[in-house]
Amino acid sequence: MAVKRVKDGASGYALTTLESLVAWGRKYSLYPFTFATACCGIEVMGAFGTHYDLSRFGAEVVRFSPRQADVLLVAGTVNYKMAPVLKRIYDQMLEPKWVISMGACACTGGFYNNYTVLQGIDKVIPVDVYIPGCPPNPEGIIDAVVWIQKIIETGAPRAAERWPIK
Amino acid sequence: MSVVLDRLREMFPADVVSTHSDFGDDTALVRRERIVEILAFLRDDPELLFDFAMDLTGVDYLGEEPRFEVVYHLYSLEKKRRVRIKVRLHEDDPVIDTAVTVWPGINWFEREAWDMYGIVFRGHPNLKRILMYEAFEGHPLRKDYPKAKRQPTIGPEE
Repeated sequence: MAVKRVKDGASGYALTTLESLVAWGRKYSLYPFTFATACCGIEVMGAFGTHYDLSRFGAEVVRFSPRQADVLLVAGTVNYKMAPVLKRIYDQMLEPKWVISMGACACTGGFYNNYTVLQGIDKVIPVDVYIPGCPPNPEGIIDAVVWIQKIIETGAPRAAERWPIK
Repeated sequence: MSVVLDRLREMFPADVVSTHSDFGDDTALVRRERIVEILAFLRDDPELLFDFAMDLTGVDYLGEEPRFEVVYHLYSLEKKRRVRIKVRLHEDDPVIDTAVTVWPGINWFEREAWDMYGIVFRGHPNLKRILMYEAFEGHPLRKDYPKAKRQPTIGPEE
């Protein structure tokens, strides 16, 4: 990649591929869309706040329009009636897009094993990173963002590419 | 005995099945046939004036006969009195006349009782689900609703 520069006055250069360059730029400018429906949303606010400061990872510009976002952060309980709304928001986001499922409720339904709660958002949309916890602390969100960055950096397949799971 | 229950028994001797005032809560179990008349009487009688229908709910006594029960909680803002009216309904015919004509505000309570228990309110202007969605199968607060039952997921277009 980068070659050792000799101080001869010539301008430096680096060799890379276009894919790596785009991925490098993309992974430090994630625009999250927060789909916060329960107490996990409070932890999301904490993660974006000054104390944990998610902007250190290049993911601080929260967009409340799905068309301007590329990471869907689903934080909280999603019930059957909300599921079509979530699906529509996911469909409105532009490619490429990633999904973080935050907390026990979004991942599996959590302790709401009842007639009204969707038993995990992966029933309706593909999920790239799951964060366990009830609610997870902001470090969990930071970890998930770093995982998304790793997916982008390595070019690993997104969950949407192996969807639906048979 | 309480003024409310005495007055009710006096006016509808054939329709009041039983009454009690346990813990100071006036309660009357009545037949369903003249329920609208009974409720309208409770609202209009100058001694009672139950102008505020606080709540309506269903109860499922699975295994008992009649199985279902509709409970009205009424309050009189004028007289500062409360009364509870109960009606039992059979499982094969869970139908009762609507009280929307008596108190318009009871509309959504009846829709909730239909949604959760499947109790039909005859003459209701808009008897459809209020909490669950239209594709939902069954009535979830019935005691024989399977706990682990999963519902169909609906798409954005539905």
